[in-house]
Amino acid sequence: MKKNLTIDGIKHALTSKRLSARELTTDFFIKINARNPQINAYLELSPERAYAQADKIDSLVAAGKPLPPLGGVPVAVKDVLSTRGITTTCGSKILRNYVPPYDATAVARLEEAGAIILGKTNCDEFAMGSSNENSAYGAVKNPVAMDRVPGGSSGGSAAAVAAGLAVASLGTDTGGSIRQPGALCGIPAMMGSYGRVSRYGLIAFASSLDRIGPFANSVHDVAAVLGAIAGRDPNDSTSTTAPVPAYTEEINKPINGLRIGIPRDYFAEGMDSGVRDKVEKGIELLKRLGCKPVDIRMPHTDYAIATYYIIATAEASSNLARYDGVRYGLRVDDPTLVGMYRKTRGAGFGAEVKRRIVLGTYVLSAGYYDAYYLKGQKVRALIAQDFRDAFQKVDAIVTPTSPIPAFKLGEKTGDPLQMYLADIYTVTGSLAGVPGISVPCGKICGTLPVGLQLFGPAFGESRILQLAHAFEQAGGADL
Amino acid sequence: MKISREDVVRVAELAYLDLSETELETYRAQIDEILEYIGKLNELDTGNIEPMAQVLTDDQTGDATLRDDVVVPCSIAAEVLKQAPDPEPPFFRVPKVIER
Repeated sequence: MKKNLTIDGIKHALTSKRLSARELTTDFFIKINARNPQINAYLELSPERAYAQADKIDSLVAAGKPLPPLGGVPVAVKDVLSTRGITTTCGSKILRNYVPPYDATAVARLEEAGAIILGKTNCDEFAMGSSNENSAYGAVKNPVAMDRVPGGSSGGSAAAVAAGLAVASLGTDTGGSIRQPGALCGIPAMMGSYGRVSRYGLIAFASSLDRIGPFANSVHDVAAVLGAIAGRDPNDSTSTTAPVPAYTEEINKPINGLRIGIPRDYFAEGMDSGVRDKVEKGIELLKRLGCKPVDIRMPHTDYAIATYYIIATAEASSNLARYDGVRYGLRVDDPTLVGMYRKTRGAGFGAEVKRRIVLGTYVLSAGYYDAYYLKGQKVRALIAQDFRDAFQKVDAIVTPTSPIPAFKLGEKTGDPLQMYLADIYTVTGSLAGVPGISVPCGKICGTLPVGLQLFGPAFGESRILQLAHAFEQAGGADL
Repeated sequence: MKISREDVVRVAELAYLDLSETELETYRAQIDEILEYIGKLNELDTGNIEPMAQVLTDDQTGDATLRDDVVVPCSIAAEVLKQAPDPEPPFFRVPKVIER
């Protein structure tokens, strides 16, 4: 089995009967059982459901019927997405044995499109983190450098695909949690616009920011998975009716003449020189492909981290109030109700989650609401305006995905603020609601991958997919 | 100092969160540093700016507002109760709330 199986490759293998979906699924489980003990990308496998789906695909092949768009494609799902009958922990002790009674819409749509769900992937607890070291079930190792983090919070979903333990996966992105691990593991990774993919069944961290999106080994496959999960869902009032283009066709449109904005505010201090070198080479490549670089200003960039950590923690403190030991998850007994709440939450949540609940409750509390939460909402409006202004002049914005490549396990765990500052290039687009993709852009010293990030205007997914696809086809990963 | 030990104790009360002495001091110091950093937002004059609670504009949501309010059968109650730490079907049981 080759490492970088693609969706089209699987379709050919299945329809030409070189391989059955059941054999393919078995191959993947063998590989996962061999490598997962080192990488720790998967928390739970779902063989029963996977083989049931594989048999369905095999019977389609046997009957000579056409395969659905993701027919027989083995995928992994981040453990913050509800999966009916499959344990869903959010990387937290507080949900150790939780088995959802229903599927997230994105999960159901993957399966409707023919995908085979192999299992659930490790992540930072409740998706809070940038290194996957905040999981209650142990850190994930970066498959390209085993002493380093895969990024976070969707570290397991990125590592599973990068290690060839899934052909594609779903992650979630609140401040960079898809794009940053994609960059650090060296694979394409995308969040669509806010409202593009239903959040129904996504266990909430920060509701105005959370988005679901794909990892895969190629931009084409990212486009295919996004196309399968996108679109209006009556169960999420923030999912929009905006039509879903055929992304896998859109990616082939020419990029010649597109204007790419280079925000000089993103290329200020704090960027690793190796990252800077690769991203500058990436911009040169886009120029050679016919794109016109435009120098732009996004003057509120420097305020994005502060704004993000007000809004995200405030929303988290509210969303995580539901873990009270009553309806699901852990309960620590106490004679009084309030005592039971306090002990359950004190014992069930890890350090980063508690820190964010305290910070989020504080910025919402009487006397501090105006100074912090309201101020954050106002600056968010300014950051969104920066993007709207920029998209008057350019078709897409090009930045690094992360200021640093994958760092060593344990290197940043002692200093939360330093960890937060690594989100500088991703949180802006999260706050503005625009789509973003990270695409591989060379490797530092031949090993540590760098990601090039492309932002498009709201619901302009096609444009950044086109650019990313052309960049990839022109050898962007080998710069 | 932006946040005191008493502030953290008060906030932990509001959030129903038991914190050990060590946690109290560690989080106080770390959150103090984060709030210090967040203070940079005061460099911006936001007097005339409308706060932004969510990103979707009317033209983006189109007719995607609320679904029709129709009752649909839902038969997962038993499965939901199975997830509870102390179920007493059809109820969730909790410690006594009312003091005598």
